[in-house]
Amino acid sequence: MQLEARNISFRYGNGPYLFRGVNVTVEQGEIVGLTAPSGRGKTTLCRILAGFEKPLEGSVTIDGIPVSSKGFHPVQLVLQHPEKAVNPRWKMEKVLSEGGKPDSELLSLLGIEKEWLTRWPNELSGGELQRFCVVRALNTNTRFLIADEMTTMLDAITQAQIWHAVLEVAKARGMGIIIVSHEEMLIQRLCDRVIELK
Amino acid sequence: MSVLEVKDLLISFNQYTSGLKQQQLNVISNLTITLEKGEILAVVGASGSGKSLLAHAILGILPSNANVSGTLRYDGEVLTPAKQASLRGSEIALIPQSVNYLDPLMRVGNQVRTSARVENPVTAQRKVFERLHLHENVEKMYPFQLSGGMARRTLLSTAIVSGAKVIIADEPTPGLDPVVIKEAMESFRELADSGCAVMLITHDIVSALSIADKIAVFYAGTTVEIAPVENFAGDGEALRHPYSKALWRALPQNDFIPIPGAQPHPGDLPPGCLFAPRCPLATPECDRGQPEMRTLRDGMVRCIHAT
Repeated sequence: MQLEARNISFRYGNGPYLFRGVNVTVEQGEIVGLTAPSGRGKTTLCRILAGFEKPLEGSVTIDGIPVSSKGFHPVQLVLQHPEKAVNPRWKMEKVLSEGGKPDSELLSLLGIEKEWLTRWPNELSGGELQRFCVVRALNTNTRFLIADEMTTMLDAITQAQIWHAVLEVAKARGMGIIIVSHEEMLIQRLCDRVIELK
Repeated sequence: MSVLEVKDLLISFNQYTSGLKQQQLNVISNLTITLEKGEILAVVGASGSGKSLLAHAILGILPSNANVSGTLRYDGEVLTPAKQASLRGSEIALIPQSVNYLDPLMRVGNQVRTSARVENPVTAQRKVFERLHLHENVEKMYPFQLSGGMARRTLLSTAIVSGAKVIIADEPTPGLDPVVIKEAMESFRELADSGCAVMLITHDIVSALSIADKIAVFYAGTTVEIAPVENFAGDGEALRHPYSKALWRALPQNDFIPIPGAQPHPGDLPPGCLFAPRCPLATPECDRGQPEMRTLRDGMVRCIHAT
């Protein structure tokens, strides 16, 4: 299985092109780093890959077939700020159910305690919330995971805990991962190769 | 002399549980910390350990359901709410953690200029934008047009031009590329060298090490260690507290191996040492009350087993 973005161009409204002719491919089970100076459109590219934004030119395909806009999207995105990625008026149980019913094994792998499920998002710390966002993205139909500064706001111990769990899942399922981060050491530690957006 | 002194700070929140029932959540307890002129104190530690709350308590901008006790002093004088209101923005500046703190309806150049209290605000703003690699046309943009990194740099700029004597930077660098981080760190160092006191709250221990004088490690609402930067090296054998060691070793450039478990929730704190449930050194003695902060090898530690 291969995720391929070919010749992608994008701009907001009539503004200048954020990028033109960008090509990205990720194979099944591969872990790829994506780096660029801030403001170059890393997050926008991630949003295009995950189907939240349509590119002006170019295509995003999986095994050569354009990704359907209906049903579960096989490319899932986890963002930097979990508090902005969950509905503040839903309890965590309901937040999780957006990504299907997670098995208890996945929950314990990410260190989510049963008691947290009945809490509101504002009663959890950023690290705890981010664990939920990761689980929500790890539906069994997820083929590729995009981690856009996923652990930037977290302390080193929580960061290592979450990455160890995600890598374990990725390995077991042969899931591909794109990691966006400015942390060179993290990229070096995790990635098979690195794409630099110019 | 310490320009800012925090002693035995306790912050608790009143929270409604069900109906009209309320409970008190202690989110910061027994926190003592000082900021010296010309010095950078980096504050690191677990997410949700109360680092931002400390910053907000110093500025007096906690929400109304917060109770604060303990003493805060600025230049030897007790910080009252009125005093805090008059000092913030002029003498004490905050670089907030969330980019949501920018005014969404004001061009970012103007936002930076309103906080400049020195020289010509326009030139000051342009100078700092150039330094932080923000393009000239950014000053005319509104916050929604900025990327995450550009918004962060705008927040940084407001503090750099403010001319404040105490700068509290709450996670100023996530999402920035290494070149800009370096510039930001150097600006902090320059501010400190010109007599400012800087408190740098961050997860980026490595960047902090390049400029800070001391590092305070937070866990579950209190300081567990205050150490000179040189101690953060090698396997962390020079560090004093088991949590500091675990934090250092979990970095991707070190072992990247996390200790299991999570920081205790404020409503459910252990009876003794707050780190005991996850600590490899824990003994029954550790559950007999929270250890006091004590001086050890040129630093401070809150652990009865530390040597």
